Amino acid sequence: MTIQFNDETFRDDYSFRNSDWAIKRFPFPFHEDSYMYSVNMEQHRGGPEGSVYEKRFDVDEHYVAEMKDRAMVLADDPLRCQSLPHMTLAGWDLLELIMVSKSEDYPDLFELHRDGNNWRWVNKPMGIDDTFTFLDETTLPYGPMEYITRQTQGDFCVLDQRDDNLWMDAGMVTTQADWSLDFDIGMNFFEWHAPVPLAHEMGIFQRALKFLLNIQQGAPARRMNWTMTVNPLLDTSPENYHKWGIQKTTVTPENIGAKQHLRVELQTFFRLPRSNALVFPIRCYLCSFQDMMTMPKWGRRLHRVIRDLPDELAAYKGFIDNRPMMLDYLSQFDDGQPTSPGVFPEPDTEPALKT
Amino acid sequence: MSKFEFPPSIKSRPVWGTLEARQGPAHLFISDAEGAEAILDVATPEIMKTAHIIYIPKGADFADQLRALNPAQFYEGPSYAASVQRIRKTLEDAKMGLQVYLSGTEGLMGQAQNEAMQAGIEFNAIQTEHRGSTARRMQCVHCKGITEDVETDPFVCSHCGLNLFVRDHYSRRLAAYQGVCIDAEDPGNVPEPKGIYE
Repeated sequence: MTIQFNDETFRDDYSFRNSDWAIKRFPFPFHEDSYMYSVNMEQHRGGPEGSVYEKRFDVDEHYVAEMKDRAMVLADDPLRCQSLPHMTLAGWDLLELIMVSKSEDYPDLFELHRDGNNWRWVNKPMGIDDTFTFLDETTLPYGPMEYITRQTQGDFCVLDQRDDNLWMDAGMVTTQADWSLDFDIGMNFFEWHAPVPLAHEMGIFQRALKFLLNIQQGAPARRMNWTMTVNPLLDTSPENYHKWGIQKTTVTPENIGAKQHLRVELQTFFRLPRSNALVFPIRCYLCSFQDMMTMPKWGRRLHRVIRDLPDELAAYKGFIDNRPMMLDYLSQFDDGQPTSPGVFPEPDTEPALKT
Repeated sequence: MSKFEFPPSIKSRPVWGTLEARQGPAHLFISDAEGAEAILDVATPEIMKTAHIIYIPKGADFADQLRALNPAQFYEGPSYAASVQRIRKTLEDAKMGLQVYLSGTEGLMGQAQNEAMQAGIEFNAIQTEHRGSTARRMQCVHCKGITEDVETDPFVCSHCGLNLFVRDHYSRRLAAYQGVCIDAEDPGNVPEPKGIYE
């Protein structure tokens, strides 16, 4: 299938929309009617056809618009993309991984032609056709990590591995759930997760780190995370929080279905071959409440999850003030019927909402 | 003077130690204000023979006592910024085995620790001891401006004027705590400032 790329915005007039196709493949993160932190890692080796899990780096209808938004964020604040000096080789590893994956997974959109170290990269959706020398930074307009991540949806953290820990030593971070690369760069795994409540005491980070340190080349892993965002705003950075925080107060019972978005992160983890670094793409998917409610299973389940979530998590995820209004809205879509296990919406088999 | 016990906190927040005299061919002490007392506690005539003390009084009155230890080199500076070139030169010229001792405020220790790490000294090999003021060096996440010696929370950014909540999240690279706008979702609703550890 050839993807029709949307002409849309993630700021100002917020013209972002999900097509029916995008709603159906939205990575709803709750596999059961409740939620608590867990390491929830699984292998990243494909998934159902058409799902966001199928390809190594999912490309969808928002691709071109997201890349335009990223370019605007970087023009305003170049510190959203940083790489400490020892991370350049890992940047080349990442460039290779993405170019090889995308050209194999989407041959109609991307081409990679290699003759030794002379490479030609064709990105048709963005109108790019560049020839460069692999491992020679002077032949690209940006460093290798910045070059390729200006052309790839999702944030990217490139983690150095040493002293039995992972270090946030490079990244491209413009669609983040309220954390600052500029502040966190150089921190280890426990330090950059320090502000997360409950999970340290539960041993989540110790177990996750052990798993991540052992990820092997060719055996990537993935997990989901989620939060809430008012308006389809990609750049929910702390840097700009004084500008976007106020939007949370614009939600009303009338507009909540359109304004309130579930923000899902598909996090994947790949070992990089030359540097032994770990790349950690964090791909953000947004879906409005009203679009999610078109799937009866998701309507029932989202209501139950949000209703039963511990207060600490609702506060940390930044929606505790709006939770009562969310529940008033969501309860209309929960008729008490059971839901089938798993994350997929099952629109053909799940019973319709009883009214 | 009794030492302040910092309450338990999150994992990015630095934990300071207690200086102890260690064997080494040379000793670099960097200290401000009451941090001088930690030097006085561990100084021995043997160590002072090869010691370099860099001291920023910040209004405290310990310079003469430190001078009286008779270190090989002594420098009294008007500010950390004024001393940083000397610190860099000393670290650049240092030989293997240099012992580094930092004492005083968190802002001083954090910045000096950063210099020592950039010079290639292992983080765990740098000794620290907090003394004196518990004020924080803070970076406003919005305008990136750094404010030294922040004593209250919330406080008004001295650069952009936003009302900031003083977090415990700390960056070793910036040697600073993070300040985040406290009234973004309810402009003007700012709690009365109080001491950070009150």
